[in-house]
Amino acid sequence: MSEEKKDLITLESGEMAQPFRWTAGAYGSKFLTELRDNKKFVGVKCPKCGKVYVPPRRVCGPCYVELTELVPVSGEGEVVTYTVVSFGFVDPATGTQKPVPYGYAAIMLDGSDTVLLHFIDETDPEKITIGARVKAVFEEERTGSLLDIKHFELIRG
Amino acid sequence: MGKRVAITGVGMTHQRSARPDVNGRELINEAVRMALGDAGMTRSDIDAVVIGNMDHFEGINYVDTWSVDGSGGLMKPIMKLTTGGTTGTTVAMGAYYHVASGLFDRVLAIGWEKNSESDTTGAIITAFDPFWDRPIFAGAVAGLAMEATAYMHATDATEEDAAYVAVRERKHALNNPYAHLHINMTIADVMGSPYLSWPVKMGDMCPRTDGACALVFASEDVVDDFPQRPVWIQGVADRHLWAYTSDPYLDFKTGEAWFPAMQKSSQDVYRRVGITDPLEQFDVAELYLPYSFAGLRYMESLGFCEKGGAPELTRAGAFDMGGKCPVNPSGGVMSSNAIGATGLIRVAECAWQIQGRAGERQVPDVKLALATGFGGCFWSDVLVLGKDKPEKARG
Ligand SMILES: [Zn+2]
Repeated sequence: MSEEKKDLITLESGEMAQPFRWTAGAYGSKFLTELRDNKKFVGVKCPKCGKVYVPPRRVCGPCYVELTELVPVSGEGEVVTYTVVSFGFVDPATGTQKPVPYGYAAIMLDGSDTVLLHFIDETDPEKITIGARVKAVFEEERTGSLLDIKHFELIRG
Repeated sequence: MGKRVAITGVGMTHQRSARPDVNGRELINEAVRMALGDAGMTRSDIDAVVIGNMDHFEGINYVDTWSVDGSGGLMKPIMKLTTGGTTGTTVAMGAYYHVASGLFDRVLAIGWEKNSESDTTGAIITAFDPFWDRPIFAGAVAGLAMEATAYMHATDATEEDAAYVAVRERKHALNNPYAHLHINMTIADVMGSPYLSWPVKMGDMCPRTDGACALVFASEDVVDDFPQRPVWIQGVADRHLWAYTSDPYLDFKTGEAWFPAMQKSSQDVYRRVGITDPLEQFDVAELYLPYSFAGLRYMESLGFCEKGGAPELTRAGAFDMGGKCPVNPSGGVMSSNAIGATGLIRVAECAWQIQGRAGERQVPDVKLALATGFGGCFWSDVLVLGKDKPEKARG
């Protein structure tokens, strides 16, 4: 590369924003309004294999049948796997950086056969275990988003 | 029945942290010129182009048309393919399908990326579902870290076992002039590097890179026109079963399979090609291992050993240069990761190994090679390449 660095021009996108208006669908909306209005979790049960999906989906992939039976699911569950995130990055959804470190886990709610990814209230990896019991903690102000769950709290001792 | 297909030309740029001296189409052109030269072709000999990158990283779409000055695709059929981390291997499979179909004799496959142009984590997040994934998705590193946690829990593997893989890949890269990172690293260096997302440390992860790769795929009908020894595609596959980014962690809970998408795609190819013992039968493997723990678990998913068996086999040197099946003589993804090019580079490196043109990183007498791509959330393209012409074309 013979060119001087100052003569190689770059362009910053700056405060560029491109708004979208996404669709959750009837099932996704049901899950999110239950979180928002009642601080409750809802899943959907496959009539063929019996699996409960959280959040609810309209089709069971393996069975390829339509799912119609909405079922309540617990706000408590167990950690399937976890990490503690310590590298910061700007979240493209918010344009801000979430403070690090934070705990993060795949959680299987009681009564569900799928896992949910969310934050947990522990930043010491030595204090989290696979199989640990956790419980959803909700935000005071809720808008119908997965972030209506503030985080999952480790049920300690 | 499809045509049998060979790779007859290879080109790639040197992989670098940033290439501010070229824009995307100029970067692409460097790899394409090299591939055409290698194949003894001119632009007019190309019947079609298959090209891919991951648009999110540059924030510019439709590379199929804007790269046309550089890609050699001017006024020719062009198809763009984008599949995330697997983009490069998908481009190779797309070019293979084009030629195998019998409709095209000479197809150019191009994979490229300028990861220097955006924040890789932020850009990756924009690839995912805005309701269920994005609000709580902590990027690829955290996603992989949760795999590492569960892997160590399910097996006897340790962070040091993973560090061995990271060191091996960086050591191999020292033999590869095209690699981005040329660093001598010890297990202590990896273990002492800061945690990005526990248990994954800086030393465990791939870099982000600018680079391009191009390959010529040719039909058995025209393969004799090329100066280089043809490298025959023996079989390819990809399989998918997960819909949400959270789904891949389920198999740690159910214990039903071990990275099932990779297991299934590799098993399906192996069956069709006649691979019953990958460790014995493959002479070399170029695998998309985006971080160190992948060099353990994916060896198990790819059938090189039983579940939990990879740490011991790895530390015994089975995948080192001089080992039973050297993995990533090029230094792999942990040494260079221009994401849309990365999968295609795996295929290109296998081609050079089979042709005996891999320079300082050459593995002796390579007859059969394995290349993979990896995409999040946890799927894999699998390609088997060989010195000998297969009995028939296989999907
Ligand atoms: Zn079902």
